[in-house]
Amino acid sequence: MKRKHFSFFVGLSLLLLLGGCDAALIDPQGQVGEQQRTLIFTAFGLMLIVVIPVIVMTILFAWRYREKAEATYTPDWAHSNAIETVVWFIPFVIIAFLAWLTWQTSHSLDPHKPLESDVESMEIQAVSLDWKWLFIYPEQGIATVNEVAFPAGVPVHFRVSSGSVMNSFFIPALGSQIYAMAGMDNNVHLVADNPGTYFGRSVHYSGAGFSGMTFDAISTTEEGFDDWVNKVRESSKSLNFPEEYYVLAEPTRNHPVEYFSEASPELYTQILESFHGGSGGAQQEKHGEQGGDHQGAPMSAEAVE
Amino acid sequence: MFGKLSLESIPYHEPIIMSVVVVIALGGILLFGLLTYYKKWMYLWSEWITSVDHKKLGIMYFVVALVMLIRGFSDAIMMRTQQAIAAGGAEGYLPPHHYDQIFTAHGVIMIFFVAMPMVIGLMNLVVPLQIGARDVAFPFLNNLSFWLFAAGVVLVNVSLFVGEFAKTGWLSYAPLSELEYSPGVGVDYWIWALQISGIGTTLTGINFFVTILKMRTKGMTMFRMPIFTWTSLCANVLIIASFPILTATIAMLTLDRYLGMHFFTNDFGGNMMMYVNLIWAWGHPEVYILILPAFGVFSEVIATFSRKRLFGYATLVWATVAITVLSFVVWLHHFFTMGSGANVNAFFGIMTMLIAIPTGVKIFNWLFTMFRGRLQFTSPVLWTLGFIITFTLGGMTGVMLAVPGANFVLHNSLFVIAHFHNVIIGGVVFGMMAGMTYWFPKAFGFTLDEKWGKRSFWCWFTGFYLAFMPLYVLSFFGAARRMQSYAQTEWQPWFILAAFGALVILVGIACTIIQIVVSIRDREKNADITGDPWDARTPEWSTSSPAPFYNFAHLPAVNGIDSFWDDKQKNGPNAQLSEPPYEDIHMPKNTVAGPVMGVISIALGFALVWHIWWLAGLSALGLFVTFMLRVFNDDIDYYVPAKEVERIENAHKQELKELRA
Repeated sequence: MKRKHFSFFVGLSLLLLLGGCDAALIDPQGQVGEQQRTLIFTAFGLMLIVVIPVIVMTILFAWRYREKAEATYTPDWAHSNAIETVVWFIPFVIIAFLAWLTWQTSHSLDPHKPLESDVESMEIQAVSLDWKWLFIYPEQGIATVNEVAFPAGVPVHFRVSSGSVMNSFFIPALGSQIYAMAGMDNNVHLVADNPGTYFGRSVHYSGAGFSGMTFDAISTTEEGFDDWVNKVRESSKSLNFPEEYYVLAEPTRNHPVEYFSEASPELYTQILESFHGGSGGAQQEKHGEQGGDHQGAPMSAEAVE
Repeated sequence: MFGKLSLESIPYHEPIIMSVVVVIALGGILLFGLLTYYKKWMYLWSEWITSVDHKKLGIMYFVVALVMLIRGFSDAIMMRTQQAIAAGGAEGYLPPHHYDQIFTAHGVIMIFFVAMPMVIGLMNLVVPLQIGARDVAFPFLNNLSFWLFAAGVVLVNVSLFVGEFAKTGWLSYAPLSELEYSPGVGVDYWIWALQISGIGTTLTGINFFVTILKMRTKGMTMFRMPIFTWTSLCANVLIIASFPILTATIAMLTLDRYLGMHFFTNDFGGNMMMYVNLIWAWGHPEVYILILPAFGVFSEVIATFSRKRLFGYATLVWATVAITVLSFVVWLHHFFTMGSGANVNAFFGIMTMLIAIPTGVKIFNWLFTMFRGRLQFTSPVLWTLGFIITFTLGGMTGVMLAVPGANFVLHNSLFVIAHFHNVIIGGVVFGMMAGMTYWFPKAFGFTLDEKWGKRSFWCWFTGFYLAFMPLYVLSFFGAARRMQSYAQTEWQPWFILAAFGALVILVGIACTIIQIVVSIRDREKNADITGDPWDARTPEWSTSSPAPFYNFAHLPAVNGIDSFWDDKQKNGPNAQLSEPPYEDIHMPKNTVAGPVMGVISIALGFALVWHIWWLAGLSALGLFVTFMLRVFNDDIDYYVPAKEVERIENAHKQELKELRA
C-alpha cells in the first residue's frame, strides 16, 4: 500500500514534468505497460533515496569547505570506518532491494510469458520487412501491412520475426518491445484494455526507410474487430509464398496500409524457414532450387540462448 | 587498377560534403604553407612525428582528439538540426542516406577518435611521470600505436570525400552490415579504420600494463600508486582483455563481406545474435576503459584542490578493481529485448546493478575528500563538481535501464541516448577537460586561462541539461533513436529545445578554443616556473614544467601515497630540486618506422576498402619489411651525458631563483 502511494507521488511529479500530457509510457493502455510504469517509478523513487542526498551533499560540502570559509580543516584525515561502512551499506541495501525487484519483474514481465486472463488469447504474426510491418492472422487467414487490429481485452500473442535485417516490434502504449530477427521465432504477449488507436513502430534501426517503419495498432470492440476483418477480406489482393511475398518484401519507404484478403496460414513458417534451408530470404530465384532442404522446426531465440 | 574506385565515388552532388572538402583543403594548404614558410618541417619531423617521448605522444593524441571533437560535434549539430525540423511529414535537409552516415560517424568518431585518444593521451602524458619512470616500457610501440590510431582517423576522414561511411549505427550490427544489406564501401571504411586503430589501442594497453607493473620508481608499491595510475592500470587490463574480441568480431564480419562466409548472415547458418553478443562483450568493457581514467582524474583533482588526503584510498582502489571485473559480466543488458529467458535477463540485470555499489562508494569518497578540506574553486574543481551531480543522475538512469522489465519499454528509445550522453559527457568529457586543465602546465610550462575555462564549463554543464533532458522526456512518448524524421508534431518543441542545448555546448567548445588561444598569448604571465602550480601531491609535480625529456634527473623515491606532499611538508618548497652529482641517462632514440608504418597502414586500409588488391599486397609487404627493419635495428638507444643533465637542471634552478628573488 505504502509503495503504491510512493510510486503515485513520484509518478505525479513525473507527470507534471511532462506537462500533464498523454505520454505513452506514463499513460499506458494495457496491463503490461501499467506494470512497467509502476516498475519504472519504483526504481526511480528508490534511487532518489541516494541520488538526492548525494547532490545536496555535493553542493553543501563544496560550499561549506570552500577556501574562504575558514571552516574546520583536517588535511590528513583520510579514513573513517564508520563512514566507509555507511557508504558501502546504503548503496548495498538499495541495490539488494532492486535486485529482488529485478528478479521478480524479469519473470512477471517476461515477454514470452502468456498473460493471465479469462479470455482466450489470439495469435498475430508480425514480420518486419524493408521497411514495413507485415501482420499475418493465421486464424482468420488474412494479412495486412502497417496496420494491426485486435479486440480490446483479448490477450494478443504476437509472434515476431523478420524477412530482412533486425528490427524491434514496439507499441509504446501497450508495453514490451521484442526484436524481430530473420529465421527466429520471437514472441511477445500484449493486451489493450480499451478501444483506441495506438502508434507502433520499429525502434531498432534497420536502414534507409527505418523512420517510416510505423504502423497503427487498433484496439477495437468485438464487433469492431469482425468489421475490420471483413474489411480486409474485401481486398482483391492475396499474399502467398513465395511469389507475392517476395514482391512485397522488396524494399519500400513509407509503405501505405495494405490489406490481403487471403494469406496462407503457413506463410509465417515459410518465411522463417526460408532462412534455414541455406538460401537467402531475399533471393527468390535460389529458393526454388534449395527449398526442400528445411531444417525442421523454426529456431526460437530462447532456445539458442 | 583502381578496384571499385572511380570518379563517381566522389560525392560532387552533395553541397554540404563538398563545402567541407573545400574548407579542409584550404586549411590543409594553409597549414602546409605556414610549415614551409617558417621552415618547421624538420622540427615537426624530429621533435614530434618520430618522437618516442610519451609526453609528446600524449599531446599529439590530445590534439587529434580535439580536432576530431569538432568533426564529431558538427555531426551532432547536424543531427539535432535535422530532428528539430523533420516533424509531421517534413523531410528536413538530410535525406536518410546522409543522416544515417552522420549518426554512425558521430558515434564512431566520438568514441574511437575523441574519447579514446583523450584518455590514452592523458595516460601517456601522466602515467610515466606519476610512477617516476623515464618513459614507457616499449617506446617504439608507443609511437607506432599513435600512428596506427592516426591512420584510422585518416581513413574515417577520407570516407567523407571518397565513397561513403557506414549507414549502420556505430556498432554496425549484422545482418545490416552484411554485404546483402550494405553493399557500399561505408562498412568497409568502418572495418578498416577500427581494425587499424584497434591494433594501436591493443598495443597501448600492453605497453601501459607492463609500464605500470614493471617501471615504478623505488618505494612505489602498488598501494602507493596515485589513483590515476591505478585507474589507468585497470583500463589497460580492460583493453588487453576486450579489444581482441573486437578485432576478432570485425575480422569475422570482414570474412563475411570479403570472402562470402556466413558468420553473421541471415542464411546458411549465420547468426546475427552472435555478432551482437560479441560486439557488446567488447563494447561494455569499452565504456569502462573510458570512464575509469576519468574517475582517476577527479580523484587527483579533488584531493589537490581540497588540499587534503584522498578519503578512502584503499576503498577507491578496490572499487575500481571491482568495476573492472564486473564490466565483463554485464554485456547482455544491451539487448534484453532480444528475447533471452527471464533467468538470463535477470542475471545480467542484477550484475549490472552491482556496479552501482562500488561506483556509489567512489562518489562518497570524493564527497568526503571535500569534507573538512580547503576547496579552491578552480575550473578543474568545477568540472569535478559538475561531474558528481551529472554522473549520479546518469548512473540512476543506467540502473533503470538495467531492470529488464523497464528496459523493455525504454530500450532503443531516446532514453538510451540521453543516458549514455549523461555518463559520457558528464563523466568522460568533464573528466578529460578537468585533466587537460590540471596537467596542461606539466606538458607546456604554463597554466590555462581560468576565466575561459570556467565559461566553457558553464556552457557545457547547462548545454548538456538543455540538450539531453528533452530526450528523456521524449522517450516517455515512445520516441525511437536514429529517426531521420517523425510524424508527431507534438514532439517537435522538445527536439528544438535539444537543438538549442547543442548550440550552448557549441559555445562551450568555442570557449575552450579561445581558452587555449588566450593562454598561449599570455604564456609568460601564466608561466609555471616551479613545476608545481597547484601545490599538488603526486610525483609528476616534483619535476620542472614542462617536464624535461628525461622526466627526472634522479628518479624520485616514494614512501607513501602523497609522497611529494609529505616531502614538501618536511623539506619546504625546495623539495623538488635535484642535487648533483648527475648520472648519464639511458634514453630511447626517435623512430622512423612508426610514422612510416602508419602511412603504409592508410594505403593498406584504403586499398582493402576499394578492393585495389595490388596496392593492398604491396602495402602489406611494406608493413612487414618496415617492421623487420625495425626489429633488426640495434641502434635504438643512447645516453644523455651527465653534463647535459646538469646544464638543464641548473637552468631550471636559475629560473626558480629569479622567481623567488
